[in-house]
Amino acid sequence: MLQETHKAEIDDILSRYPVKRSALLPLLYLAQREQGYVTEAAMQEIAGILMLTPPQVYETATFYTMLNLKPVGKFHLQVCKSLMCALVGSDTVIGWIGAKLGIKPGETTPDKLFTLSVVECLAACGTGPMMQVNDDYYERLTEEKLDRILAELRQTGSSSLKTGPFMWPEPAAAKAGA
Amino acid sequence: MPTYEPILLKNMLQPGYTGSLAEYERTGGYQAIRKVLGKVSPADVTAVVMKSGLRGRGGAGFPTGVKWGFLPKDYQGPRYLCCNADESEPGTFKDRQLIERDPHQLLEGMLIACYAIGAASSYIYIRGEFVLGAKILEQAINDARAAGYVGKNIFGTNTTIDIWVHRGAGAYICGEETALLESLEGKRGLPRVKPPFPATHGLYNKPTVVNNVETLANLPHILNRGAEWFASIGSPPKSTGTRVFCVSGHVARPGNYEVPMGITFRELIYEQAGGMRSNKKLKAFIPGGASAPFLTPDHLDVKLDFESVALAGSMLGSGGVTVMEEGTDMVWAALRLMEFFYHESCGKCSPCREGSSWLVQIMRRIVNKRGQMADLETLTDLCKNIAGRTVCAFGDAEVSPILSTLKHWRHEYVALIHAAEAANLIRPEPVGTKH
Repeated sequence: MLQETHKAEIDDILSRYPVKRSALLPLLYLAQREQGYVTEAAMQEIAGILMLTPPQVYETATFYTMLNLKPVGKFHLQVCKSLMCALVGSDTVIGWIGAKLGIKPGETTPDKLFTLSVVECLAACGTGPMMQVNDDYYERLTEEKLDRILAELRQTGSSSLKTGPFMWPEPAAAKAGA
Repeated sequence: MPTYEPILLKNMLQPGYTGSLAEYERTGGYQAIRKVLGKVSPADVTAVVMKSGLRGRGGAGFPTGVKWGFLPKDYQGPRYLCCNADESEPGTFKDRQLIERDPHQLLEGMLIACYAIGAASSYIYIRGEFVLGAKILEQAINDARAAGYVGKNIFGTNTTIDIWVHRGAGAYICGEETALLESLEGKRGLPRVKPPFPATHGLYNKPTVVNNVETLANLPHILNRGAEWFASIGSPPKSTGTRVFCVSGHVARPGNYEVPMGITFRELIYEQAGGMRSNKKLKAFIPGGASAPFLTPDHLDVKLDFESVALAGSMLGSGGVTVMEEGTDMVWAALRLMEFFYHESCGKCSPCREGSSWLVQIMRRIVNKRGQMADLETLTDLCKNIAGRTVCAFGDAEVSPILSTLKHWRHEYVALIHAAEAANLIRPEPVGTKH
């Protein structure tokens, strides 16, 4: 139960809002962080915490694409396919990932390591093609970079190629261009 | 190439600038809020912002000071500021940079706005995918709170201003201000019927202002350097200040470029962003995010200000400029954006919910060479029956890629349909409501 394991965090979240229901998305995120997806039991518990009915929690949870209502792989690869990324090769990236992992969009590898999703714009249009893996962005993807990212994720659970605090063009490049 | 003085990107353009509280203060940060807090009346702060001509940077371009002025003067209960950091208009990626590279600039802007409108609580509604941005903001808020700049009795005065980060969870529509408020209240992000407007009935039904990240980030500079200074930049009187334009697509140097409003698209694309990425010529560009109608090479000398782009039949919108080279299939491009809008329609209004489904089905079959000439009339007719008939501006936005590509590149649609006719392909089942 979240209330037993995360009492301090839940209290902190609730303290931020004058109306309890505002804490719904943060609590759903907390549930997802703990179990990898939002379970029905978690939704019922959250309804109790916020004094909502379970359908009120469910109707909100089903509206938002980032809340997983079923399990996903350890690494959720989400490749942007909106126009701006498509202009610079996102379909090719989706093809590479499919071939390398043997899965189609919406599928998970048998070892439950990777889920591939094709998603709409992630606001990284100047550095496409790009993908988000769990919390991190990977941008200006090439096949070589992709191989490294997948290998590092398998080996260490994270990849050094993820984007840090974003700026593009980077200051030095901006200067050279000026 | 002319160079321009950066305002919002000035700090982060310094090599090594990390955006920490100490560094922000070293560059003169938190001086503007010190200058006004308890010394200049909130009404006078609002007057300065009005005089500066600052207009919203999120897309609609509404004058910021006027928006603040709509809050009821005599209302005694709580008021709220919400920072719209839901950045989700395809083609736009400036707020992410402003947040992750100089978070205190935004926080100081929020403090100024809260002071001006009398809000003791404010929320930054940041799109859920910006996990790093949310962490950076949380850290910055904690640092500012420890320094006595956020929370109770800030800067030694009796003013309380709190700032909280609230993460969205993947829904484009939550960038629409009333959908944002619904989402922040823990509900599905469905836009509200207006009026009443958020100024009187906003978050928790209280007077509320929703301002974009870039809009708020301008405030410290306006208060520090004066309304006249700001109003002299750009294309006064109606488009003052700089914009951080996001250039994407087939250019040599995509990225964020801060320039005064009023330079031409030609200058932005060919000088700032380095021109086309190959020897192919420019075929089309979107001037202000996915909701803005496509423009052609004939529009390259249009000025990047609100009025000029509107006059050219499009809009400056969120400042996302997407460039397409010769060889780009314009029907395919319109379909890609239509797929986006179909996915993101919130489902509240039937013209948009059903219409986006029909539009995407017709566009798919035209691109797949299964279309027929009558489809073009159906597309136009549907678009006319969606635009202006929905609660929010999404309806107008979703038809613009199709209507504008039909206007400028109708022959490409016709060619695909002729190809279908030549192959004598049987038209598949009629358009229905299935998703």
